[in-house]
Amino acid sequence: MKNRFWQVLAILMVAALVLAACAQPTAAPTQPPAAAGGSYLDRAFAGEFKGTVVTMAGPFTDNDAVKFEQSIKNFEDQTGIDIQYEGSKEFEASISIRIDGGNPPDIVDFPQPGLLATFAAKGKAIDVSTFLDMEKLKKNYNQSWLDMAMMDSPNGKIMAGVWGRVNGKSLVWYPKKAFDEAGYKIPTTWDELLALSEEIKNDGDAPWCVGIESGAATGWPMTDWIEETMLRTTSLENYDKWVKGELKFDSPEVRRAIEKVTEIWFTDGYVYGGRQAIATTFFGDAPKPMFDNPPKCWLHKQGNFITTFFPEGLTAGVDYDFFYFPPIDPAYGKPVLVAGDIYAMFNDRPEVRAVMEYFTTGASVEGWVRAGGAISPHLDSSLDWYSNEVDRGVAEIILNATSVRFDGSDLMPGAVGAGSFWKSMTSYVSGAIDLDTALKDIDASWPK
Amino acid sequence: MQSQPRVNALNQLVNWLTTGVGRILVSLFVPFVTFLVLWRGFIFLRDSNAPQLIIVLVAIVWGVGGVALLYGVSNWLVEKLSGEWVRRLQPFIFIGPAVAILFWYLFLPTIRTLVLSFQDGLGRNFVGIQNYIFAFTDRVMLEAFRNNLLWMILGTGFSVGLGLLIAVLADRTPLEKVYKAIIFMPMAISFVGAGVIWKFVYAYRGEGVGIQEIGLLNAIVIALGGKSQPWLLLPPINNLFLIVIMIWLQTGYAMVILSSAIKGIPSELLEAARVDGANEFQVFFQIMVPTIQSTLLTVTTTIVIFSLKLFDIVRVMTGGNYGTNVIANEFYLQQFTYNHSGRASAIAIVLLIAVIPVMIYNLRQFRERRAF
Amino acid sequence: MSGVKSSQKGQKRLGSLFVNGVLILICLIWLIPTIGVFITSFRNSEDIYSSGWWTVFPHRGWVKVEEIRVPESVDVDQPFEIAGITADFATLRQGVTTPDGRKITWIGNKRSRLVVVEEKRWVGFSARLTLDNYRDTLSGKEIRFRDASGNEITRKGNNLGGAFLNSIAVAVPSTIIPILIAAFAAYGFAWLNFPGRKVLFTLVVALLVVPLQIALVPILRDYTQLNLNGTYLAMWLAHTGFGLPLAVYLLFNYIGSLPRDILESAFIDGASHFTIFTRLILPLSIPALASFAIFQFLWVWNDYLVALVFLGDQNRVVTSALAAMVGEKGQDWHLLTSGAFVSMILPLTVFFALQRYFVRGLMAGSVKG
Repeated sequence: MKNRFWQVLAILMVAALVLAACAQPTAAPTQPPAAAGGSYLDRAFAGEFKGTVVTMAGPFTDNDAVKFEQSIKNFEDQTGIDIQYEGSKEFEASISIRIDGGNPPDIVDFPQPGLLATFAAKGKAIDVSTFLDMEKLKKNYNQSWLDMAMMDSPNGKIMAGVWGRVNGKSLVWYPKKAFDEAGYKIPTTWDELLALSEEIKNDGDAPWCVGIESGAATGWPMTDWIEETMLRTTSLENYDKWVKGELKFDSPEVRRAIEKVTEIWFTDGYVYGGRQAIATTFFGDAPKPMFDNPPKCWLHKQGNFITTFFPEGLTAGVDYDFFYFPPIDPAYGKPVLVAGDIYAMFNDRPEVRAVMEYFTTGASVEGWVRAGGAISPHLDSSLDWYSNEVDRGVAEIILNATSVRFDGSDLMPGAVGAGSFWKSMTSYVSGAIDLDTALKDIDASWPK
Repeated sequence: MQSQPRVNALNQLVNWLTTGVGRILVSLFVPFVTFLVLWRGFIFLRDSNAPQLIIVLVAIVWGVGGVALLYGVSNWLVEKLSGEWVRRLQPFIFIGPAVAILFWYLFLPTIRTLVLSFQDGLGRNFVGIQNYIFAFTDRVMLEAFRNNLLWMILGTGFSVGLGLLIAVLADRTPLEKVYKAIIFMPMAISFVGAGVIWKFVYAYRGEGVGIQEIGLLNAIVIALGGKSQPWLLLPPINNLFLIVIMIWLQTGYAMVILSSAIKGIPSELLEAARVDGANEFQVFFQIMVPTIQSTLLTVTTTIVIFSLKLFDIVRVMTGGNYGTNVIANEFYLQQFTYNHSGRASAIAIVLLIAVIPVMIYNLRQFRERRAF
Repeated sequence: MSGVKSSQKGQKRLGSLFVNGVLILICLIWLIPTIGVFITSFRNSEDIYSSGWWTVFPHRGWVKVEEIRVPESVDVDQPFEIAGITADFATLRQGVTTPDGRKITWIGNKRSRLVVVEEKRWVGFSARLTLDNYRDTLSGKEIRFRDASGNEITRKGNNLGGAFLNSIAVAVPSTIIPILIAAFAAYGFAWLNFPGRKVLFTLVVALLVVPLQIALVPILRDYTQLNLNGTYLAMWLAHTGFGLPLAVYLLFNYIGSLPRDILESAFIDGASHFTIFTRLILPLSIPALASFAIFQFLWVWNDYLVALVFLGDQNRVVTSALAAMVGEKGQDWHLLTSGAFVSMILPLTVFFALQRYFVRGLMAGSVKG
């Protein structure tokens, strides 16, 4: 029996060897030719980096991954650079391991700048201002976007990345058809919003659909609400201080913002399913009762990406629409909360530089914008690109905003922005702890 | 006539190969060929563009065959030496590869973790025992310790108890394979799948007109005339609801191992006891349990360790909210979400220390069984 | 005499009834959640969200028999007469059950003016079940959108076929290699004498508790140096490393408890350790090897993180493919459920294939012979 085993093994090994010998090993990667004149992007379009590969990683999968790949296809065809995109669900964990393990992809897409800040602080991210033309950048981005890309590193402030795609958050979605039939009016002030809520409640329905369950990220939709009310009840300076950790959570400003949220969330009959159901409802399922016939709830505040979660077969502008989440105190104008994807670079090669430069142009997201689901932060992009009214409307809201601020929890350090802020607010909503404990816990978790 | 010289030459060659210089050359040649074969295989697998099916087949043969070949060749080499050396070196052929791999994959990283646990979040400066102070005093950590104790006691107890019960009972029925397959099935489901399954059990939709529960537990409660409850939001019993998931997953493990131990009990032993008039309970407690005692300990130890390392269930179901956090989930959060490698490392080391008593008990048992 | 026998028989039957009863009860509890998800995997996404899976079974449910519009002139805040009862909006909203078994419910809010009369009837015979979820999981979900020039583009998402092959290429060696290495080591620790045996063994077992997450960063660093990233070898070695402590521990327990006399008699016959191991110990240990093989295979098969870190996206395994299919933030329950069942097929097959090794007498027989 033993001999038979070794015989079989020997035969298999020989077969494997033969197969191995027959196979053609792939050619070694070609070296890029020596540097020529012009920016890296021009050189790429001149075909200098033909045949090179740039690897990218990010959290988009599925729909978003396909649209992203579609939008860079032209670039790939024209330059011959192959951008290999890899999307993963456990993005945070895998990217931390790969960067710390010394095997990062060339470019990483961070939906949370806070996470990128950690890698910048470790000295892992490459300063893109060393090769990008700052004049061009200033022409193509609002200054606030450029400011948000500046991060601390061991060598002082660096520009850690460039913004590729943004989405607007200050939007309230409603089932347009039923809403119009019922004769409800779109509110333009906070009081009108509350009056509308009261009216819907008196008609026997719950006005709001709210859900904050999101697995390990449960709680993030509540942080968005608080950021919205923060922007509407206090100054931008206070908001910025709060994001940086200089204004405590346990402060009158933050308390007032949270009270405004709970004014809606905790009022009996205002939220579909009641207060406890907020914490158990998956955020993507939350808007679904709006599209029951007749609707079971009527208003849902969420970023423009939420339309992917709407039931299939609905038409934007007919079955659903949105309005701007109204201001509370006119003194603070019409602020808009945004979030976005920042692309950072971890391997410095000429072709990677070219791709990074490409991402600073509107052309890099045009395909995605036209396919729907993305909004371009680039000033050289055009409103005509937006194929549906909803996306165009969001883009317009961002353009018309008196002030734009980035999602605060995404900017805060991970321990707060992706940790205690989510967790404490979730516990507060579920009734496990009171507001004082929640705020003290968040303040205590801020890294010193 | 013609073949005669050839046979002679062959004989000569064989003679030459089995003596002196030839032997040494062969001893060098065989490992060289082995290495060459393995190297070619590796290069093929890394670079080839062959159809995927072929690559996969070659990979499996190469990987499994390669390891077997390495053992065979190295043992063959050692056995060429004198008896004294065989006795000295052979143990290392047996344990060497395992020890080397463990050293590389787990021991070195553990040492690194130990060092990191005394450093700050970015791994730059030494901060003394600050991370350990966090691990033992933070409110979240204390809660996690309490929950882990629950997981360890209830999760392990029920998994092993139920696994043993099923293994013993199923052993006496003709439908054994069916029962065992059903109990085993949860192990085959991925964690994502298991998460979905249990979300459909514990789902809570809230109160209000026209709300239909899609969660099984709430449907049962409502059918019995009760009110739907947000099960995972109710500390501290939500921990029990999560532990049920672990029991559901792990009982299959305990059952399979215990079942194979039970089948190893010589049937004469059981028959003899029954002939002597012992009832089934006596047979169970006085014959079976003592006989499979070492396997019971093995299973219990591994499930205790599993319950300490477990985080997927908590992460998927509650994200550690509502008082359900466990140590391993906090480790994962600190390591990957908060990027605080110091605290994460300290937590990992605390886990390691927590298991030492279990290990000591195990080693003592080995000694008693003179396995050592 | 015969009376005693028959009562024994009766007792036996009673015992077997009890045994089977307990087992069936436990198995039911074990199965119900899985059955629920199995049924869910055949439902479309809207149904999954709006009603429980058990509603696909025939049951007595409320069926609409009549729809009544309430005229605008009626003040619904006051009780008014409708369908033979008198009630106001708030009461009707909760639903009113009449003595003759009808249920009268106001649908929607006050402005809808829609009242529905329902009767209890058998429903569920025409449950809407579909194979679409499985088709989407197996062949990739269709993704539709318009490109820059306005053309409708349909693209298939990733398919599972290639991922299955990759998973097999990762999982089979990652199961056999650690078993082989651990069996050798277990034999070494149990039956060979060498300095440092106890210390080494203690260390090996203590490593059981090390969370594999701490090893990922340093190993990746080494792999980057060795240019091993993205190869199957990298995966096998990693899974071997992470699976070895348990394998050594389990197999040591088994091999260490084999009766000493087998070994001694083999020694007298002049067999070497290697021969004893390959020809005697390995065949004897098959039940233990088989049970560990099952678990190791399952862990490797269901692993996501290790594959993500060391194998990357080019050689996607089943878990990554499924995860990607479900979408970025998505909880596409219809795909998740069908995907879970698709990915279960192979592990269950392995279980059934190895189950035949868990038979009585394998050990006992060889001890005697």
